[in-house]
Amino acid sequence: MKRSFHATFRSGLIGPLLAVLFLLLAAGKARAALDEAVLAQLASGDFSARIAAIEAIGAAGGEDARRLIAALEAGELGVVNGRVVVLSGGVVTDAASGAALAVDADVVDTLRVNNRVRRAIATAKAALDVSAPARETRLAAANTLRDNASETLLPLLERALGKESDEAIGHILRLAVARIHLNAAEPAQRLKAVSALGQSSDPAVRTMLEPLLSPANEPDALVREAAADSIRAIERRVAFAQHLGTVFSGLSLGSILLLAALGLAITYGVMGVINMAHGELLMIGAYAAYLVQNLFRAHLPQWLDWYVVAAIPAGFFAAAAVGVLMERTVLRFLYGRPLESLLATWGISLVLIQAARVIFGPQNVELANPSWMSGGVALAAGVVLPYNRIVILGFGVFVLALVWLMMNRTRLGMFVRAVTQNRAMAGCVGVPTARVDTLAFAMGAGIAGLGGVALSQIANVGPAMGTGYIVDAFMVVVLGGVGQLAGTVWAALGLGIVAKFLENWAGAVIAKILVLVFIIAFIQKRPQGLFALKGRFADN
Amino acid sequence: MRTPLTIRLFASMPRAGWVALIFFALFAWVWMPIAHLALPPEHALHVSSYWVSLLGKILCYMVVAVAMDLIWGYAGILSLGHGLFFALGGYAFGMYLMRQIGRDGAYGAELPDFMVFLDWKELPWYWWGSDSFLWALFLVVAVPGLLAWVFGFFAFRSRIKGVYFAIITQALTYAAMLLFFRNETGFGGNNGFTDFKRILGYGITTPEMRVVLFGLSAALLVGVLLLGRYLVTSRFGRVLAAIRDAESRVMFIGYNPLHYKLFIWTLSAVLCGLAGALYVPQVGIINPSEMSPANSIEIAVWVAVGGRGTLVGAVLGAGLVNLAKSWFTVSFPEYWPFFLGFLFIAVTLLLPKGVVGLWAQRRSRRTGQDSVSAASAARSPETAVAGQISKSTRGATA
Repeated sequence: MKRSFHATFRSGLIGPLLAVLFLLLAAGKARAALDEAVLAQLASGDFSARIAAIEAIGAAGGEDARRLIAALEAGELGVVNGRVVVLSGGVVTDAASGAALAVDADVVDTLRVNNRVRRAIATAKAALDVSAPARETRLAAANTLRDNASETLLPLLERALGKESDEAIGHILRLAVARIHLNAAEPAQRLKAVSALGQSSDPAVRTMLEPLLSPANEPDALVREAAADSIRAIERRVAFAQHLGTVFSGLSLGSILLLAALGLAITYGVMGVINMAHGELLMIGAYAAYLVQNLFRAHLPQWLDWYVVAAIPAGFFAAAAVGVLMERTVLRFLYGRPLESLLATWGISLVLIQAARVIFGPQNVELANPSWMSGGVALAAGVVLPYNRIVILGFGVFVLALVWLMMNRTRLGMFVRAVTQNRAMAGCVGVPTARVDTLAFAMGAGIAGLGGVALSQIANVGPAMGTGYIVDAFMVVVLGGVGQLAGTVWAALGLGIVAKFLENWAGAVIAKILVLVFIIAFIQKRPQGLFALKGRFADN
Repeated sequence: MRTPLTIRLFASMPRAGWVALIFFALFAWVWMPIAHLALPPEHALHVSSYWVSLLGKILCYMVVAVAMDLIWGYAGILSLGHGLFFALGGYAFGMYLMRQIGRDGAYGAELPDFMVFLDWKELPWYWWGSDSFLWALFLVVAVPGLLAWVFGFFAFRSRIKGVYFAIITQALTYAAMLLFFRNETGFGGNNGFTDFKRILGYGITTPEMRVVLFGLSAALLVGVLLLGRYLVTSRFGRVLAAIRDAESRVMFIGYNPLHYKLFIWTLSAVLCGLAGALYVPQVGIINPSEMSPANSIEIAVWVAVGGRGTLVGAVLGAGLVNLAKSWFTVSFPEYWPFFLGFLFIAVTLLLPKGVVGLWAQRRSRRTGQDSVSAASAARSPETAVAGQISKSTRGATA
């Protein structure tokens, strides 16, 4: 520590004493200009005194105080002969009067700060900002004050509360006041504060109240009881918010499962083909998104944020093209032999994974996150709904609507339904069944590609990414069945939500096993799940 | 059953089969020890330790393939989770091998190294007694058997079949793999069990032990082949084939398919467990990747390549595919998945009866009743039409 002889002499003797005195003085004044005494205290070497001075400056407020705190934050405050000076750009000015001093910059001792001092600076800054015009500034300031404000700032907080029109900020400020009151001397004030804190839904407030439960910290029984009530109220609200968050993440998982399983439900429903390469169609969609992103990077960098939108058709057509190729070359010969088609498609999936390894390398590739999809909505403290999940949920609804329209409002959809219901009869009345097979398979594959584009925004994109989804997608199809979209939708959303709740309760792996057991049990209860055939042909 | 069992067993196989078995037995139990132990390494006919281990490993795979063929080729139950039973047998015996390391591990503690690493103080209850060889053998049979029985009972009772059964077994092995990957479940996590030192006090890497393990694998294969042969030529086997081809009809005649399926399914799982237990000491490691869905599907491919519904086909398929795999992974590792993938596609499209069927075609001679080909049954006009129409009833109620 490099300090002048003067500073050492002063601080050593009267720093702490002065601190208390000036603090009271400064706090009492509504809008003091910078007080010489407070400044002197700031110049002292003692950290506690310095912190008290900073708090006093913050409480006093005013333009001068703002300047001083800003300078302090920037590390521009120094001491020359016991006077606080501002050293900015090589020019030295007196902090109190603002007059330039004829002092060489080299002799200025920069004021040193430690973590406690930094916190005090932040609090003082917040105290100055809490009545700023911009809402964000006020909100940030209020949040800082809620955790750090001391008794000194109480009048300031009360003033700010009186002026505050914004409900959220007002709530935070009330918490800050209540927190200061928690340490008040008379029990009535503490009781009021405890009840006020019970209005919060913030887990941090709960930890603030917890010490009051023990008689060692809180002598008054009434206050202890009120604290217990408040904690219960907070826990209820936190639990509710967390449940909402779980439901949402369950829905979001369900929408991903739905995107993964929709195509499967279509291809299975129409052709009875178990497509083990379905996960790889997702992978192709994701890599299509990656390629589109690279094109945008190279040619349209200013539009990069919107590459995802362009990737949607690209993913669809890339996967659909691969689907057509698969159907024409392999699956056509295996209709009516589900187990063989299962093996053959597994072979296709191996080939596709290896092809992706050869083309793109075995590592995961990086995809940019569009700025409009990053961030999220805070539901409550600690529960955030990310925008990208919300977008994917919406996208799932959009794809579902698309499939429904295709199946129920187009000629192709009519043909597909006809072939699904009675292939022989449809053929007899002139439906080109072979072409319908190809188109339906292309549609299912294309929807898998759309799912892949969605997954590329939230999951790793790599050659083997599809294998992780295939088992889950099959579970959805087994549970929901085919022939109707509703079954798939309910199964996907239900499985998603159940899985997330189980995850909170038992961890991810146990949840997966439980879901599996649950599905087997469900099929016990309702063997006609969706795969149940009725009547004479139930054997095949 | 009026004919004595021995006579029945002898009659269950044509003479060529017995001759082939005797040749195989001579190869495994006489030639192999001589070639590996007696002949000096520079001798032209010396078999190196690499080959002994590789062939021993492939013999274990052949047992698994026969077990798979019993349920898929003869009972029409395709399991995509048989790797799980194989791995469970391996884990049950692997723990005995871990305990045999004793205090020679890296930490020099009584407990296996991975438990010391996790700071565990005692064995979890399910590993009690795993230092006893007999108890380990019991676990090898009981764990896969029990799991298969429970799972099979519920699945067959609710008449889950065909593709759904295949998918659910795949999900089962996937879930088990996730479970075994966890460190806290007590199965060695990611690394599994390895660094084995001894079996029954004898060193595990000695040439003698290698030959003994190879001989045991061969003995298991011969035993499984004889058992399988006996089963599929018995009345039981004919009921199984009937269940495979028309389950409802078998039910209406008055049989309960549940018992037949459950028996063959559990037996198949136990055989897999035994193969796994012999596989682990020869390979020197068991870890959760053995349970990956891809591994289990590969088993189905061995059987499909060799020929479903013939025991010799399963053995051939496992041998051919695995020899090809070891050749590829040494010479062109990056092309192996391509080869395997195209093999899958080609076999299902072009060789519905596998290699054995190809050979039979060449000989243009019926192979007799014992190899009722599932593929031809599936493609007979009657069932094909039924398949076409059955799809028509699915959506009608939706």
